[in-house]
Amino acid sequence: MNTWTIFKRELTSYFTQLTAYAVIVIFGLLSVGLAFTFGSFWRYEDASLSYSFFWWHPLLLMILAPAVTMRLWSDEHRTGTIELLGTMPVSMGSAILGKFFASAFVWLIALALTFPIVVSVNWLGDPDNWTIFSGYLGSFIVCCTFLAISSLVSAFTRDQVVALIVSVAICFILTFCGIDPVINEVRRSGSAETVNLLSTLGVYSHFLDATRGLIRLPSLIYFIGLISVCLVGTNLVLKSQRA
Amino acid sequence: MIEVKDLKKQFGQKVAVDNLSFSVKKGEVLGFLGPNGAGKSTTMRMVTGFLPVTAGEIEICGISMIGSPTEAKRKIGYLPESAPLYNDMTVRGFLRFCASMQGLKGAARATAVDEAIETCFLESVASQSIDTLSKGYRHRTCLAQSLLHNPEVLVLDEPTDGLDPNQKSEVRKLIKRLGEDRAILFSTHILEEVSAACTRAVIVDQGNIVADGTPDELEKQGGGSLSELFRKVTSQESPAA
Repeated sequence: MNTWTIFKRELTSYFTQLTAYAVIVIFGLLSVGLAFTFGSFWRYEDASLSYSFFWWHPLLLMILAPAVTMRLWSDEHRTGTIELLGTMPVSMGSAILGKFFASAFVWLIALALTFPIVVSVNWLGDPDNWTIFSGYLGSFIVCCTFLAISSLVSAFTRDQVVALIVSVAICFILTFCGIDPVINEVRRSGSAETVNLLSTLGVYSHFLDATRGLIRLPSLIYFIGLISVCLVGTNLVLKSQRA
Repeated sequence: MIEVKDLKKQFGQKVAVDNLSFSVKKGEVLGFLGPNGAGKSTTMRMVTGFLPVTAGEIEICGISMIGSPTEAKRKIGYLPESAPLYNDMTVRGFLRFCASMQGLKGAARATAVDEAIETCFLESVASQSIDTLSKGYRHRTCLAQSLLHNPEVLVLDEPTDGLDPNQKSEVRKLIKRLGEDRAILFSTHILEEVSAACTRAVIVDQGNIVADGTPDELEKQGGGSLSELFRKVTSQESPAA
């Protein structure tokens, strides 16, 4: 009940402060724009959208997702509203979930509004729509992971800019440690164990499986585990700040 | 209705509140006086369940704040010191949100919001965005949220801070009126407020209660002046808050 109340308040706030519109428009333009330019959509005739469209998503999300959530807790600390929330008959866990679900919902809308590219591939050819759906699922879960990370970071500080910079840095590391050029470079000089470790820790190997239509259990455990750790961590940080 | 026993709060090595005990009964308005940094806000934050206690016991209407915080918090209306609000909401929207958080729904919520708006004289700004409000209205909006669920206990941290003399007088009258059938704990460092609104007052210094009594009793102890007593029992150089 209280999670729903907080979810509604946060979601309304994203739209009254125009954050949601900015994210939806910028993500839509960049993701579709990149697919038709650097993604070489026409050259590869990539009906599954794996490389031309979805491949760019973690790169965009590592910056845009923290931009949405940087204020999640830092703003509550800065304005003192954390004291209101902390003295209402609600658990901090339900507040954390309400805020997290609201930011995830904004991203669900942003991802859904890229539908013209799906309509286009269906009009141009005969794509495997399950693979496309799985790609979207992969993008959404990567997005949720980055949102949970920046929720945790924003619990540490009342400064939104610090929250943004630190969150982007963490998401950048998670994105780039599993990306092909980095993995190839490490493969040349490092051991096989290091290569395995990097691709397991990075989001790309898990994400790319999803864009190919493979939702693997280890990948689900990886993402859901990271999200859970970050949300539980947010709760612990908020509690420890009051101790 | 508020029972505080041997309350202690320590931040690292610093003892902010030291073995504080007091009680506030129904129909009583307890003024919590003290210099800046005396531990007033820390005590109020513990009483309202925002800060965990280092030691001691807090009971609100017989419910332990430490054992059953959610149930105990339902009994309390709280106005924090800085009157924090969500600036992107309207006054009515904010009050509706707070009422929902207190578990009110439908018609009960609408009635509670309307009554709080009326009680705190917010009709003229009810549809206005909070970030456009003056300090006085912001304070009253935050006070209104503390009254929504008709709590048996009110904890008000410097409720008249930043208000103009007319608003101060209105809020004091309101506190007095609300205190007739509730227990109110309110902090201030404005001594005139004690005789204007309190039935009893305690003076806190460096985390300890150094004087306790009705406004008349305290004035007598100070030789006819409450400010004299205040100067006598509190340290001149208080630690930073």
